Amino acid sequence: MAAFGGTDTRARKLRWSLLNTLVVVYALVPVLWIMSLSFKTPATLNDGNFIPREWTLENYRSILSTTEFLRALVNSIGIALIATAIAVVLGTMAAYAIARLQFPGKRLLVGVSLLIAMFPQISLVSPLFEIERTLGLFDTWPGLILPYITFSLPLAIYTLSAFFREIPWELEKAAKMDGATPGQAFLKVIAPLAAPGVFTTAILVFIFCWNDFLFALTLTSTERSRTVPVALSFFTGDSQFQDPTGSISAAAVVITVPIIVAVLFFQRRIVAGLTSGAVKG
Amino acid sequence: MSKERLSEDQASPGSPADAPGQAEVTSANGSGRGGRAGGGRSGRRTLTEGQRSERRLALLLCAPAALVMIAVTGWPIIYSIWLSLQRYDLRFPADQEFVGLANYVEVLTSSYWWTSFGVTLLITVVSVAIELVLGMALALIMHRTIVGRGLVRTSALVPYGIVTVVAAFSWRYAWTPDTGYLANLFAPGSAPLTDQASALAIITLAEVWKTTPFMALLLMAGLALVPDDLLKAASMDGAGPWQRFIKVMVPVMKPAILVALLFRTLDAFRIFDNIYVLTSGAQDTSSVSILANTNLIQALNLGIGSTMSVLIFLSVALIAFVFVKLFGTAAPGSDTEGRR
Repeated sequence: MAAFGGTDTRARKLRWSLLNTLVVVYALVPVLWIMSLSFKTPATLNDGNFIPREWTLENYRSILSTTEFLRALVNSIGIALIATAIAVVLGTMAAYAIARLQFPGKRLLVGVSLLIAMFPQISLVSPLFEIERTLGLFDTWPGLILPYITFSLPLAIYTLSAFFREIPWELEKAAKMDGATPGQAFLKVIAPLAAPGVFTTAILVFIFCWNDFLFALTLTSTERSRTVPVALSFFTGDSQFQDPTGSISAAAVVITVPIIVAVLFFQRRIVAGLTSGAVKG
Repeated sequence: MSKERLSEDQASPGSPADAPGQAEVTSANGSGRGGRAGGGRSGRRTLTEGQRSERRLALLLCAPAALVMIAVTGWPIIYSIWLSLQRYDLRFPADQEFVGLANYVEVLTSSYWWTSFGVTLLITVVSVAIELVLGMALALIMHRTIVGRGLVRTSALVPYGIVTVVAAFSWRYAWTPDTGYLANLFAPGSAPLTDQASALAIITLAEVWKTTPFMALLLMAGLALVPDDLLKAASMDGAGPWQRFIKVMVPVMKPAILVALLFRTLDAFRIFDNIYVLTSGAQDTSSVSILANTNLIQALNLGIGSTMSVLIFLSVALIAFVFVKLFGTAAPGSDTEGRR
């Protein structure tokens, strides 16, 4: 699909390069700005220059010396990974059934997950707060993992069932006709085709969990389970820092780097998963 | 040829893979389809052993996901409705009492509620409209660019992946007088985040920046369904780029577009993080979620807060209903999925 119609003239390449540059600028300027802030010295922090006039690592040193930030980082990583793993496994099972099998209650399941997908999280904040306090889940990892799984399941089911529908399942039958056992047909033919979709879903779900602010804000109260986005917003009022701007920026960069690395590393997988060539048979 | 293929693929997911006696008829194109559809229809009346085991498998596969979703939302939803019918202020717990719909009357006659509601609607409509246009452009660029595809796709994924709170802080500092490059550039000497109109514009900007790539990714999934052969054929028939887009791509992509719109509209209506960081809802920039949070967590008024929660949910349900009825947005898995 690289060159569709016509030849790659220099002018076309130039036009695309221009558009690409626009996209890159659009996407990266706010990220570069917060990075720039994180490297500024207190004296130049408020000069409004996009590029720091004086560079310093002081902001990073200061946040990395607090347990408040490090603990939040551990919480963020642990909670997001566990929630992702569970949500993807449950989502894959349900999506396979929805995409491939006939069974009563399919519409109900889709309806319920749709209901949850559109359910405003704010509406669950007060009852979950009360219920989790009663059950002892308040301010614990499971207390956040549970709502994360719940709210990412519809996304997982949606993405995966749409994806499973595009897999040419005839190949499975073809493999069986060629003498493969059902297990072999699944492992050798279907699993490789489904893997990019499952992987993509895992990334989408992880980002969702990594991103959450509302639940982490309302269902935690201490360092035990507070995640970085919330810890970050609490820097604001912290007397430990004279001017929180530098610290907030540095912390922001620290939790942005893994996302950027993941995107760099898995870009092909993410995009290939969503636009898989399996459709074209 | 490839169009036929496509519809062939769409017909297949419904049919059971391992139902006996159906494996042989699938190789031939036209007759295979008819054969399978017929088999499925007659099988619905009397359940074969294969279908029964298929149902068992399906229910087993769905049960864990369904149980988790219901456990974490079901009871809290009911509890939320129950709370909305109470006078229940955690500062005065002794005063708790069933008050019927009094909370609803109070909220619905409050100017705070309607201001927040208007703000939320405005942000939702404006940001989703901009996102659709930008997202489509971005999807086309990511899909079709002939140079630097990896670079452009990687950068586009950055706003999607970045934590909303981080991005919101970036925008906040960018628009803070003196500190920010944008404030100095566009509004020297004023504080744009302390004025309602400009603050709303900045909130919308932050929202659009963050979520356009999500829209673009969903749309690109739809773009991938557009067969290249079809575009080539249209091109040979003399269709220009715009005609190819409107007449070929958009119809094939319609389900993807509607799902993307539905997702983003419902998501935008819940906007919280950006406003929390950018203005905390000052200068009449509260969304309904911010207002509900203020009442729940800061004022600890569970009754009023839950009432707002229920009203927000009803609004969201109404939006979803309108989408489904008006545009026929199909849920995945429903038999009527509007692929054609």
